[in-house]
Amino acid sequence: MLYREAGDFKTSYREDGQTFPIRLDRWGYYAILVVAFGIIPFVINDYWASAVLVPFLIYAIAALGLNILTGYGGQVSLGTGGFMAVGAYAVYKLMTAFPDVSIVIHILLAGGITAFVGMLFGLPSLRIKGFYLAVATLAAQFFLVWLFNKVPWFYNYSASGQINAPERTVLGWAVTGPATSASAKYMICLCFAFVLAWVARNLTRGTLGRKWMAIRDMDIAAEIIGVNPLTAKLSAFAISSFFVGIAGALLFSVYLGAAEVGEAFGINKSFLVLFMIIIGGLGSIFGSFAGAAFMVLLPVMLKNLLVGTMGWPTDLAAHIELMIVGTLIVFFLIVEPHGLARLWALTKEKLRLWPFPH
Amino acid sequence: MDQLIYAAEVFLNGLMTGVMYALVALGFVLIFKASGVFNYAQGVLALFAALTLVGIQQGQVPFAHLINAVLGTHIESFGWTVPAFLAVLLTALVMILLAFLIEKLVLQHLVGQEPIILFMATIGLAYFLEGLGDVMWGADIKRLDVGLPQGISDSIETVTDQWFGYGFFIDRLDIWATAIAALLVAALVAFSQFTKQGRAMRAVADDHQAALSVGISLRFIWVMVWSIAGFVALVAGIMWGTKSGVQFSLSLIALKALPVLMLGGFTSIPGAIVGGLIIGVGEKLFEFLIGPMIGGATENWFAYVLALIFLVFRPQGLFGERIIERV
Amino acid sequence: MRTKLIALTAAGLMAGAPAMADLVVPNLSYRTGAYGANGTQYADGFNDYFALLNERDGGIGGEIVQVPECETAYNTEKGIECYEETKDTGALVYNPLSTGITYQLIPKVSVDKKVLYTPGYGRTSAKNGKVFEWVFNAPANYWDGASVAIKYLLDENGGDLSGKKIALVFHNSAYGKEPIRTLQGLAEKHGFELSEVPVDAPGQEQKSQWLQIRRDKPDYVIMYGWGVMNQAAIQEAANIRFPMENFIGIWWSGSEVDVLPVGDKANGYKALTFNGVGMDYPIYEDIKTYLLDTDKASQGGEHVGSALYSRGMYAAVVISEAIRKAQELAGVSDISPEQLRDGFEQLEITPERLTEIGLPDFGPEIRMSCENHGGSGMARLQQWDAAAKQWNLISEFTEPDQEILAPLIEEDSAAYAKESGITPRDC
Repeated sequence: MLYREAGDFKTSYREDGQTFPIRLDRWGYYAILVVAFGIIPFVINDYWASAVLVPFLIYAIAALGLNILTGYGGQVSLGTGGFMAVGAYAVYKLMTAFPDVSIVIHILLAGGITAFVGMLFGLPSLRIKGFYLAVATLAAQFFLVWLFNKVPWFYNYSASGQINAPERTVLGWAVTGPATSASAKYMICLCFAFVLAWVARNLTRGTLGRKWMAIRDMDIAAEIIGVNPLTAKLSAFAISSFFVGIAGALLFSVYLGAAEVGEAFGINKSFLVLFMIIIGGLGSIFGSFAGAAFMVLLPVMLKNLLVGTMGWPTDLAAHIELMIVGTLIVFFLIVEPHGLARLWALTKEKLRLWPFPH
Repeated sequence: MDQLIYAAEVFLNGLMTGVMYALVALGFVLIFKASGVFNYAQGVLALFAALTLVGIQQGQVPFAHLINAVLGTHIESFGWTVPAFLAVLLTALVMILLAFLIEKLVLQHLVGQEPIILFMATIGLAYFLEGLGDVMWGADIKRLDVGLPQGISDSIETVTDQWFGYGFFIDRLDIWATAIAALLVAALVAFSQFTKQGRAMRAVADDHQAALSVGISLRFIWVMVWSIAGFVALVAGIMWGTKSGVQFSLSLIALKALPVLMLGGFTSIPGAIVGGLIIGVGEKLFEFLIGPMIGGATENWFAYVLALIFLVFRPQGLFGERIIERV
Repeated sequence: MRTKLIALTAAGLMAGAPAMADLVVPNLSYRTGAYGANGTQYADGFNDYFALLNERDGGIGGEIVQVPECETAYNTEKGIECYEETKDTGALVYNPLSTGITYQLIPKVSVDKKVLYTPGYGRTSAKNGKVFEWVFNAPANYWDGASVAIKYLLDENGGDLSGKKIALVFHNSAYGKEPIRTLQGLAEKHGFELSEVPVDAPGQEQKSQWLQIRRDKPDYVIMYGWGVMNQAAIQEAANIRFPMENFIGIWWSGSEVDVLPVGDKANGYKALTFNGVGMDYPIYEDIKTYLLDTDKASQGGEHVGSALYSRGMYAAVVISEAIRKAQELAGVSDISPEQLRDGFEQLEITPERLTEIGLPDFGPEIRMSCENHGGSGMARLQQWDAAAKQWNLISEFTEPDQEILAPLIEEDSAAYAKESGITPRDC
């Protein structure tokens, strides 16, 4: 009863095919957009931007990207960290080489460069399948990190190999560099996340998305019905890497401001993003956001609870926090193996029927 | 000539390192074979086992830090030390208990799920064990000493010096590791070939459904396999812990086992050993011959590239089961 | 229980709502993760010195010092979170003990106007106060360390290193690569041959690196390592029977946790340090009376007196002296970060002053100025005695070779100024 569908009639295919076919969902979506674009930028402070919202949005973009590859395309990847590094170093080289060009263009170009690199490392996927494919992406992960650490050209020959984001502006607002305001950081990430989520949604429900899903479900069968595995798999790698590259570029330029490849883009990052999409839900746009929120917010919340409110020693709190995160992951998987997205769908299902259980 | 001798030395040492990698990979293979679970927590299991071993050996009070923080007491240690052998035995018991709990609390509820879900569950497990190990035994770096010798083997150095005019370096710990690994594999093979439980384990590995229908208890087999994997983790933990101390980084050796595993095939025990040897030799030789030309520290990625090259020719790994796809 | 909890976690309780009147010195520590064992000891020393000042003297200049602790796990993202969490609570100065986090914070602190104090780590060229107004890295930095090590070797060899082979084993990261340029410059000047041996993090497996060293037979090995890499390297060095007295680590490779796991074979291993080691200082009597006996020491005081504990304490000493100086200059006790920066810039720590606070000869003399944020760069060597399980100081404080270092610092800071659009201040 809370979640009414009665009287919500569709009179055209177009209406029936929209992303949020149910009116209440649509309203909820608009409400979230209004809050995200219209209210949060005016109330946000540095702590909320840097500790919570900006990393959440950036990881959501990365999770969207990985979800395209793993959730829709069925290709397991553990190279996300390495591809994010490509995005970060690409945007750094572009920013420093062409300081007058808009940073937005640089970030998009960085995504494009990452797409190319991703496609290159996606080639073995035509031959290797399942968990074994992880080796190809892991090779990418470790090789790329090594490369950016070793070749001084990538970090402009600085003494220590760290890269620093200089100040760049969009419409007169600084979005990178130390003087960036919290709302500017948040807004640029939000705009990218919004547009990319929209793109991802529309890609995945179109021809390309259906091809990916056919390949995911069974590649031989897909090939028989006329899906070209070469273009389907490589396009999944390319588009996924484009997203991940943009996430990497934003992570470095907007969020971190300075980065060292081994620390910021190590294998842990690859695992983290993979956790996000599994927890959130494979093959779901909402799941990418939910998973990112879970993995970013939970540790911060637990820390604030254990250290801030209950006053535990920080090391004990950190250890207990690990145990709680681990337990929750297992718990969620047992309750709903298909992630938070499915949990949300089930909740909606229940709400429709409430208060009558059958 | 000198180069050749050096390369031979690097080759030998690569083999030895390969055995160390294989020890970790072995645990992965056992669990994957019997339950289809890609056990991400294997590295953390090794860390946990090593921490427990040191803790028992030195008579540490488990959860001392937590107890002290909550009760304001100052307990650290029981004040006794346990002989190495007994401590290993006790740790093995702890690992069996752990295997039982894992089966009871996690795996049992996830029967029949997709591999990636099970994989994720082991990640949750890894998080949990990492935290638990630290809370139980503290995060200090500990010295692990169960009486294994370490350092250059003098006899090999003298002998090779007489033969080639250059004394080879072979670590005595590596020789021991090789012997123990050989023993372990022999024992595992004997167990799975000649005992009732071992045969049941192989039956489960072949086909869960069929095994169930002839009356094999899946749950018992899983507990058993996880116990064995826990024991293998303990052995790996002892070796690596003796090498560089027991501490958090011990769990990261799982990353060194991944290429071994992929190269050898997820389902093959000989695959883990051969894969380990190939990766060990390959990465050491590459670092020795090509490394200096391109700036060194190539081992991390080269292991994966090597595995990748093998996989392009054999997508199921060297010894993996052939992937047969039907529509 | 209550006292214990409060003492242990002054951090957590007060992070929520610290009284603005106190002096707030956040401790961005790491007690978990790959480097947790090292970070714990340092954080304990840092906490304990301020706790001692609070207990014994009622703070500094009558102001209680609060040290809210925040766990970073050596992770840059958590480091940022901790910084943002604490910066609006009146925080004066940050000491994150991580080169990665330092690089993140350098641009931020100049906007937020907070002092960043990075003794013996961080960005080396921050020594140039004209460019890095808010960053201080006295008493010594990575390049100083490399130079002091070479000076020591020069002394050992009667002033001549020509024809000698020196290998640098380093953590393959921004931190480990720091000394390369300095050592290359010094190699040119003194005619020794330098070989670089990188070790990828985490570095438990270093067999091929040490086989290479065994084959090339360098006369000396210098190490820039951190975490498990240190133990593994010292173990491998012992395995190939590399003479330990020819093996010198930077100060971050010179703590008990690095040598203890190796046992007796680590005997004779040397490491640089810029602070004193051991329990042989009068201040430990006060620490015993005021902290250990009353159960107020950080983590129950189990690390008191270790090398990293001493270094954490030394960082706290320098910060507290800078606070004192700032209070004196400003004439108020409740100082602002700007005033603290002035305090740092005019900081003088003389040997007499060190004796006065119960730490005679504990650190080098420090004299900072507006353009020099790095002090004298003096460091000394310590050697491990495995039988007694303690470090012994084996040389006096030595000045680094500024002839090589000054131009490098000038060049690197100029590059940073150009990149970030900073016009160097006039001093």
